[in-house]
Amino acid sequence: MATLSAPRIVLSRLDHADSHTLSRFLATGGYEGLRKALTMFPEAVASEVDQASLLGRGGAGFPAGRKWSMLRKAPISYLVVNGDESEPATFKDHLLVERDPHQLVEGVIIAAYALQVSAVYIFVRGEFALGLERVQQAVNDAYEHGALGKKIFGSEFSIDIVVHPGAGAYICGEETALIEALEGKRGFPRIKPPFFPAVAGLYGEPTIVNNVETMSNLPWIINHGGAAFAALGGGRSTGTRLFALAGRVNNPGVFEIEMVKYTFRDLIYDPQLGGGVIDDKKVKAIIPGGVSAPWFGPDLLDLPIGQDEVAEKGSMLGSGSIVVFDETSCVVRAAWRIAKFFARESCGQCTPCREGSGWIERAMYRIEHGGGRMEDIDLLVDLCDNIAPGLTWPPQQTTICVLGPSIPSSVHSAIKMFRDDFVEHVTTGGCPYD
Amino acid sequence: MSHFRIDIRQRAEEVLALYPRPRSAMLPLLHLAQEQDGYLSDEGIAEVAELTATTPADVRGTALFYDMFHLEPVGRYVVSVCTNIACLIAGGDELLEHASETLGCPVGSTSSDGLFTLEEAECLADCDFAPCVQVNHRYVRTTTSDAFDAVVASLRAGKIDHDVPYHGTLIRVRRAGGLHATRSDVAAERAAALAAREERTPKETT
Repeated sequence: MATLSAPRIVLSRLDHADSHTLSRFLATGGYEGLRKALTMFPEAVASEVDQASLLGRGGAGFPAGRKWSMLRKAPISYLVVNGDESEPATFKDHLLVERDPHQLVEGVIIAAYALQVSAVYIFVRGEFALGLERVQQAVNDAYEHGALGKKIFGSEFSIDIVVHPGAGAYICGEETALIEALEGKRGFPRIKPPFFPAVAGLYGEPTIVNNVETMSNLPWIINHGGAAFAALGGGRSTGTRLFALAGRVNNPGVFEIEMVKYTFRDLIYDPQLGGGVIDDKKVKAIIPGGVSAPWFGPDLLDLPIGQDEVAEKGSMLGSGSIVVFDETSCVVRAAWRIAKFFARESCGQCTPCREGSGWIERAMYRIEHGGGRMEDIDLLVDLCDNIAPGLTWPPQQTTICVLGPSIPSSVHSAIKMFRDDFVEHVTTGGCPYD
Repeated sequence: MSHFRIDIRQRAEEVLALYPRPRSAMLPLLHLAQEQDGYLSDEGIAEVAELTATTPADVRGTALFYDMFHLEPVGRYVVSVCTNIACLIAGGDELLEHASETLGCPVGSTSSDGLFTLEEAECLADCDFAPCVQVNHRYVRTTTSDAFDAVVASLRAGKIDHDVPYHGTLIRVRRAGGLHATRSDVAAERAAALAAREERTPKETT
């Protein structure tokens, strides 16, 4: 079993109860990364991030450096930070905004400097009432400290950060929906092309949208160099990453581990990490990257946790949330609940998603609650196939955004892996796990 | 005549000043309106429409999209119990049922004394304390029925009002600093930086 030898990059302050305060932040190397960045040319800062090959931590896993450098020619107008974490069972950004908001703010200023952007919006999920308070306090402290405002730390760079509250809509985690919410509208995703944020984002101007965890990595990368970050992990998955482990494990929580050096089995069973399955039951299945990701069976527990490793097996690391089901968990109930979530959160713009999610939810409800018909099982597969034709991974897109094609992941995985469970629900007229 | 109290109106104007277009202040202004009235009243909606240069229908239509905005009056404490995947596995449905009994109101309704509104929530991103419960969007971390009842008793007695303030996600969010530079100053600064970059680009590539 791997040992916890890698440095803690984003969670380094969390041993301190006052990790969210400016005094603790300054006592533990706060703003050193920013001060160093301000002595460099902006493009040199961007190039360090490029060299780190930091993959975006929001879900899509696009390299942050490349996102920035693709647009170096055209000036960027806005930087928007996505703190609308709402993928079920993901709780890493919640931890970062509540427990280390100053690190986030420092990372954001570094990114803004690299992109030469002066107007920044940090979008924080509305349900994070305390998180909003902490991030706003960190921003207020940063103004006081000279890290924000006009000509920060005596440099020629000025910057303003506005903390924007969300109001409860999963879809606003999608970057174009988030921009709509920032413009004061319903969170309806925009069609891409033409509305790639980098081309026509906030107020129609070039906008970069990055995730909270991505930003929180930047102070360390600037302090230690992109090469040091890239030396951790393996392949395309560099550095460390936060994983939110939940479900039937003894010790659920957020863990920072080096990419690729750990397997799912390590994460679940290592006493310093998940601490094993509750009551020593067997793992039945895991969700490797949020409820939008197809499931893995116990046969893939020894797969290293890395972007490409997981993609090769037909799923994704997504938002970094891992849910463990054991033999006492009813996968039909789990898949029904996930379908219910998508039906509730579909914004309603596209027919396959709006109608499909509700239809799937109703069929799943029937099966779980004793009213299922045998033909419902194939009906479900057909519905899934209509939303994401071919049921491939990555899925075919029939909708404006990726919420639609995410709907079939859990339901189709559950049917594919545990068809017998569905049949038993139908034949016994109820849930055998109740 | 402003429907907003003087302090709320002042905060609303501070918020408006943060955005290049007034409509962008929609969500924070709706939070403020809800902070004053406990829900989005017709008067509150009308004032947000005026401030954002939109219509009441537009404001209402936008607010309806977002779960946190209440178009009808709610209890003093909005209790949200998550039943999404991690909480489901940990007994979220059972805790929600228990909450309904303790509070004396079905899910989605308000208790007769007007104190509590019970909601079934989607993932609240605190899955290591599953099943997750929030009261007025503050985590109370009561994962068992007994702990839940204890928190409800404290709420009834008004003992934890500091940790769980009444309506208003933004009640303690107040911006203190600011850029204090005009947009044209900043634009000139950015233009100069870009020109400087253009100048050094050929040198770097050779």
